[in-house]
Amino acid sequence: MSGFSLRPPSFHHGVHPPEHKELTASRQIRRMRYPAEVVIPLRQHAGKPAKLVVRAGDRVLRGDVIGEADGFVSAPVHASASGRIVEIGLWPHPDGSMDTAVRIAVEPFSPQVPRPRLVPRWESLTPEEIVRAVQQGGVVGLGGAAFPTHVKLAPPRDVTVETIILNGAECEPYLTTDHRIMVEYPERVHLGARIMMRVLGARRVVIGVERNKPDAIAALERTRPTDIDVTVLPLTVKYPQGAEKMLIKTITGREVPSGKLPVSLGVVVQNVGSAASIAEIFDTGLPLLERIVTVTGPGIRQPANLIVPVGTKLRDLIAECGGLTADAGEIVFGGPMMGAAIASLDTPIVKGTTGVVVLAKEQTRTEASYPCIHCGRCLDACPVFLNPSMLGDYARMQRYEDMEPLHLGDCMLCGSCSYVCPSNIPLAQMFAASKTALRRIKAASAAGAA
Amino acid sequence: MTATRLVITASPHVHAKVDTPTIMWNVVGSLVPLVAIATYFFGPSALLVVGAAVAGAVAAERLLGKRGTLGDGSAAITGILLGLTLPAGMPMWMAFIGGALGISLGKLLFGGLGYNVFNPALFGRAFLQAAFPVAITTWPAVGVDARWWALRGDNFALPFMSARPDAITAATPLGLMKFEAKGTALFNLFVGNTGGSLGETSALLILLCGGYLAWRQFLNWRTPVSIFATVAVFAAILHGLNPKYPTPLFMLFSGGLMLGAVFMATDMVTSPVTNAGKWVFGLGIGVLVVSIRVWGGLPEGVMYAILLMNAVVPFINKATQPRVFGTRVAREVSP
Repeated sequence: MSGFSLRPPSFHHGVHPPEHKELTASRQIRRMRYPAEVVIPLRQHAGKPAKLVVRAGDRVLRGDVIGEADGFVSAPVHASASGRIVEIGLWPHPDGSMDTAVRIAVEPFSPQVPRPRLVPRWESLTPEEIVRAVQQGGVVGLGGAAFPTHVKLAPPRDVTVETIILNGAECEPYLTTDHRIMVEYPERVHLGARIMMRVLGARRVVIGVERNKPDAIAALERTRPTDIDVTVLPLTVKYPQGAEKMLIKTITGREVPSGKLPVSLGVVVQNVGSAASIAEIFDTGLPLLERIVTVTGPGIRQPANLIVPVGTKLRDLIAECGGLTADAGEIVFGGPMMGAAIASLDTPIVKGTTGVVVLAKEQTRTEASYPCIHCGRCLDACPVFLNPSMLGDYARMQRYEDMEPLHLGDCMLCGSCSYVCPSNIPLAQMFAASKTALRRIKAASAAGAA
Repeated sequence: MTATRLVITASPHVHAKVDTPTIMWNVVGSLVPLVAIATYFFGPSALLVVGAAVAGAVAAERLLGKRGTLGDGSAAITGILLGLTLPAGMPMWMAFIGGALGISLGKLLFGGLGYNVFNPALFGRAFLQAAFPVAITTWPAVGVDARWWALRGDNFALPFMSARPDAITAATPLGLMKFEAKGTALFNLFVGNTGGSLGETSALLILLCGGYLAWRQFLNWRTPVSIFATVAVFAAILHGLNPKYPTPLFMLFSGGLMLGAVFMATDMVTSPVTNAGKWVFGLGIGVLVVSIRVWGGLPEGVMYAILLMNAVVPFINKATQPRVFGTRVAREVSP
């Protein structure tokens, strides 16, 4: 965007956790060695899990489908390495549960070379064919939520998409995955944007990047295509700038109505990594088999940005990065604000794993908490203008029905309230539990009414 | 790989540095200069009264509160604030009882820190005002006695014995105004060289200490600003209509308004949680203070103004809910 503005565009409220991106911000992405075994869960995306199509004992090649998409809001999963399936069964999942996963013993001497094209070239495809190819390629949102990408490329027929926003904010502390993608693969980001424009018939693309990544902004500007309307927009550094609604507010000045999708404003948001992966599958002809993961934090000896085969176990990833330090305290998949703490070193990296952050013991939250003193810091932090203090009081009293009129449904669980709370009340955790409880109550009353 | 004990917590996994005890102890720290200047003006009596109030508050918190709640610093704040609202000649046993009742009935009975409806220091003071109306309105004069170390009253009176009334007393500026229609020089009000409670003397120092807390974001500046603006505007209107009413500046700098607006109305627990609510809260206090001072039977009304507004905080909170992202301002449609 040209011109000089005194106030960089942003949304209201939000928080400023220390960024700590310097650990990996200038480290070039490198490919890690294939591990001896990969474990690939069938559920790696929002929507229905993939349907198993292989059996234990089968030999699979890198790129083979091992689970196919079950319906439209679903995505297939593929073998990320050639080898033999040793077991199909329950395995630790990044969300903390046990879920069905396919264990593949990787052939130590396989060249793992690409085979003939599995994904067609995009230039001659119709929009519908591109959407199908993206689904077949197993592409899901790589920013963390892992919503199947092709679904966002097929909006309802009665809406027109004017603007595609590419999310390069990467507002979570520590993570540099999207940062390095924009620095090292800017052409892929632009190609992904071009393909999506074709599919959606959008007029313009805006790539939002926080100002703390000047090299990414420069790389995107340098490679910016001139035949389509692409803008690279530097954004204020503030958490959660990368939340979909916050990003749309920042770039378009408009608020997505409560309970509605961005497409109601004619906007589709995709992560820059997802855009790059769309370009990648059409480029290489291979489905999504690996992703870029930032392994970082004071608890890891050699922080790095790695290309990691999907299904690589945490244990192997840590070994690749020189192991844990003596004061390592907590391992988080994703960023420290919204990521999930991992209990088992056997947990595999999945498509939605943006990073692995190993926090030091002294950084981890203490359990001690004080009563709410109604200081109001959470209200000043909440990016969607909720009253977390009052919601927290209701959650503590288990008055879940009273939380609905206070817009519990609009809470994104970004954790800004918990982050600032001087009494260390786990507000975001309470709201996640309240959402679940409220769903259960509603389901029960719906069943009772029927 | 060496065996590492992993911590598992819910997100977010990192936390801002400021915690509740930090806020509370910073408030305590910013009250220390006020105690110091009260000691400068009123001699060792100031320390004795504040010390007794703190002892009462801390003893009640320790004996009746949950274990470990002394460390959060809130009981100490109550004690110091209560002490600052009392006259220097107050017998220590009365201050002690005020502190103990403020904490026990005013706070712990409601469930402890975070759950009390009324400001515990003012709750304690309201009790003392009702129980010992003479002792709490016997104001020693500032600087009249040449000996700094002389006690300004019978601080060591035994419980339930009447105190020896031997100190040189002086009416407060508000008392002078109300009952004798006499003014007080503004400069004296501002610097604190006037009669009154221990903490209602130096407006300048209160503003400095409050400014520090506001800068650290340990108090919300909207509440005092709203109170000051309301008092100034309301008093200016009255003064404009009839010059017999005091000027806005006199209203602002006399009595306990400064201490109340900066340190008591800003108590997070007993004031509204929304920023819009803080403005409403301040407006209510300002109107009540001026009304009580001008038309009420008492010369000073800050304590009752704040306590009354404390009582309506839940309603203010309800009425000033923030507008949620992606919603228009809710419009009530009557059928």
